[in-house]
Amino acid sequence: MQFSEINWFKYAAPQRFYALVGRIVPWVSVLAVVLAAAGLVLGLLIAPTDAQQGDAYRIIFIHVPAAWMSMVVYLAMAFWAAVGLIFNARLSAMLATALAPSGALMTFIALWTGAFWGRPTWGAWWVWDARLTSELVLLFLYIGFMSLHAAIDDPRRADRAAALLALVGAVNVPIIYFSVKWWNTLHQGASVSITKGSSMAAPMLAGMLVMALAFWAYCIAVSLARLRVVILERERHAHWVQAELGNA
Amino acid sequence: MIWNSWTEFVAMGGYGLYVWGSFGVTAAVIAAEVWAVAARRRALIRLEHGARGADLGET
Repeated sequence: MQFSEINWFKYAAPQRFYALVGRIVPWVSVLAVVLAAAGLVLGLLIAPTDAQQGDAYRIIFIHVPAAWMSMVVYLAMAFWAAVGLIFNARLSAMLATALAPSGALMTFIALWTGAFWGRPTWGAWWVWDARLTSELVLLFLYIGFMSLHAAIDDPRRADRAAALLALVGAVNVPIIYFSVKWWNTLHQGASVSITKGSSMAAPMLAGMLVMALAFWAYCIAVSLARLRVVILERERHAHWVQAELGNA
Repeated sequence: MIWNSWTEFVAMGGYGLYVWGSFGVTAAVIAAEVWAVAARRRALIRLEHGARGADLGET
């Protein structure tokens, strides 16, 4: 048996991972740009005007992907923070800190575009309903994670404290997701559901799914690019980092 | 293509402010994030080169 051909733990070393990520980021970035271009053409030029909401519904092409990513990135952040906490893995903790700003921006985009969609359809920029409020709590959780990490000087202690916050806050993600079912809310239910399929017209659905893939690719690319900088910052006394920065 | 003219596209059936207010801010936020990551890397390189310069100055 040849189980040991690929040693996955090899990439747990920041230096190896730094090099690996450096090769991945350009490809994922190109993928994000191509998918975003296709998604924008589908969403803004091909998808028909909605019978009920007119062209205001086109906000869906960024609102829903950003809202999905705000939750996905949080779960990824909490997962890697937990791995860092349990296995005392430095690289996992760095990945969690690299994901946080991207997740916060996705949450901001979801809230902002939600306001710009709510105004013409509900007549209000903001309402304190369960979906909107729990998404706002998500933004505060991201900000809390980043502030707590920045407030503690010793990076390993900062990792552990922030990981606890991320894990406790993870309970908010299912609350966001199911809020439209659990409470009587102004926010519409899911347009796409795993169990019931989609309630959207084909070009609209295609545009939204392509944009969702574009947001996935973008979040992966920008988080990994940030992870490279975080690795350099935190390993800056290592010889290979000095060489990478052109100092050796 | 569902639009007959450029003005029609920009007007978005009367919802131009909301549609472009969403897409515009999203594009700006993404551009700012990409810039911020690149700036963070440049700042680190500058800092390390500065530290190296100080070391050389002492010896």
